Amino acid sequence: MPNAPAPPSWRHVGRHAVFPESGADDTARFDFLANLNAFLSQQLLPRVRDAYEQRVKPEFERTRGQPPQSRHDVRKAMASEPVYQTWSALRRSSMEMRQQAGRALVFRQLPALVQRAAALNAGSPMLQLDPAVEVPRYASAVDIHCMPGGYHTEYVDDDVAAAANYDCGIFATTGGMLGRYNDGGGQAIAKWLGEAHPQWQPRRILDIGCSLGHNTLPVAAAFPQAEVVAVDVSAPMLRYGHARAQSLGVSNVLFRQARGEALGYPDDHFDLIVTSMFWHETSATAMPRMLAEIHRMLSAGGLTLHLEQPQYTGMDPYEQFIRDWDTWNNNEPFWGVMHEYDLKAMMAAAGFDPASYFEAKLRGIVDESIFPSAGEKGEDYGRAALWTAFGAWK
Amino acid sequence: MSTDLPPFEHLDPIALANARARGKRPYFFRDADVERVLSITMALAMEHAVTRQRLDALERLLEARGVMSRSELDAFAPDAAAEAERGRWMQEYIARVLRIVQQDSEAKRHAADGSDASMESVSDELRNS
Repeated sequence: MPNAPAPPSWRHVGRHAVFPESGADDTARFDFLANLNAFLSQQLLPRVRDAYEQRVKPEFERTRGQPPQSRHDVRKAMASEPVYQTWSALRRSSMEMRQQAGRALVFRQLPALVQRAAALNAGSPMLQLDPAVEVPRYASAVDIHCMPGGYHTEYVDDDVAAAANYDCGIFATTGGMLGRYNDGGGQAIAKWLGEAHPQWQPRRILDIGCSLGHNTLPVAAAFPQAEVVAVDVSAPMLRYGHARAQSLGVSNVLFRQARGEALGYPDDHFDLIVTSMFWHETSATAMPRMLAEIHRMLSAGGLTLHLEQPQYTGMDPYEQFIRDWDTWNNNEPFWGVMHEYDLKAMMAAAGFDPASYFEAKLRGIVDESIFPSAGEKGEDYGRAALWTAFGAWK
Repeated sequence: MSTDLPPFEHLDPIALANARARGKRPYFFRDADVERVLSITMALAMEHAVTRQRLDALERLLEARGVMSRSELDAFAPDAAAEAERGRWMQEYIARVLRIVQQDSEAKRHAADGSDASMESVSDELRNS
């Protein structure tokens, strides 16, 4: 099978005032990693499924008298399958290399990054940090998705290292599919609202677990008259996120350090409450507590919308197993638990009318600056990402 | 605001870049040592790619300035002496990279002729004589 075109070079990653300065070698490193990821996903992963269908599943059926019943059956049976072992080892190694490349880029220039962020943040009422906010156990038990130190670890005063590292690497791990500014999720939300509810103008918007605000900004920019609050427990993410937003000219976002379980806003305060790739990094008690708070804080007629990977229900055991890889091997311990939840029931338990619960596929936009359309040829190299979302109107 | 965090001068960027993520690391191969070697090999593969990309940029810049062309580079024809030197370089390079292979086959000969004693046995011998 011929290779798809190479992912766009990291040279095109969207920059801003607090983005690390980089050279040719940094670009080459991230380009290697983007292409390695593409190889693993496009060339090797199909061979993993072949091995399952042709060797592992028949052998399982032969010895157990029935096919694998669950993703756990598949995982245990695949553990000694060489193609899977090789794919997994390379995938884990590639994530560690990505972290090293990003951290090397950031730590060799950290004083300058800290200074630039501090200058953009000085005296701004739109950045509210609170050192009393405790990082929850679900964010600190392990270093989430193999980021050494997780989202929150600070190495120096006014640190932004964790955020700068996160920001420079996503473009490589996603092959540029989220766009130059890695904001594909937020762009998809803004696009969906503009198309499905073009007259609706939320006055106050909340984004919970915003990290560096990459998905917050497109939503804030779509509603420039709205007051937007972006919360996270991580001070480095918020410092960097606020400075980045200032640099990119989005000025209606308040970046606030707080836990989603205890935001303290009055009832009926927000018209729109969103999260993006957030729930799988919470916990069994935090998620329902936050959903109940969301219901309380949402105004009548308001909308809550959440981008997440799809739930496992209805998927065959092999697909669940592959999607569950991150739970076991990418330091995402709550991922598998979360993706088994009955989201409609959870939203109902939080107070939402089950009849107002919906799931949707949000189509992303193609960043034509890095995926130019081939015009008459008809090939679409910039296939728009499809985001799964769940939500409810109040 | 003051904290107990060290000033910048105390940071070691190389060590920090290499830091691991907390959370037990899975190993997938039967032999974790093999997987460690794979990790080192992949890191080297990446650095080689970085070198090639840099070289490619260098060639393009030199060509753009009229110093040389890349087709000249691809058609480069060393004279006999240069070719012989380049051949010897290649022989030495391969031998250097595959040192362990040569040494493993020598080890089999030494074991066969009894000259590959263990440190433990020689140490015992020398303690008593």
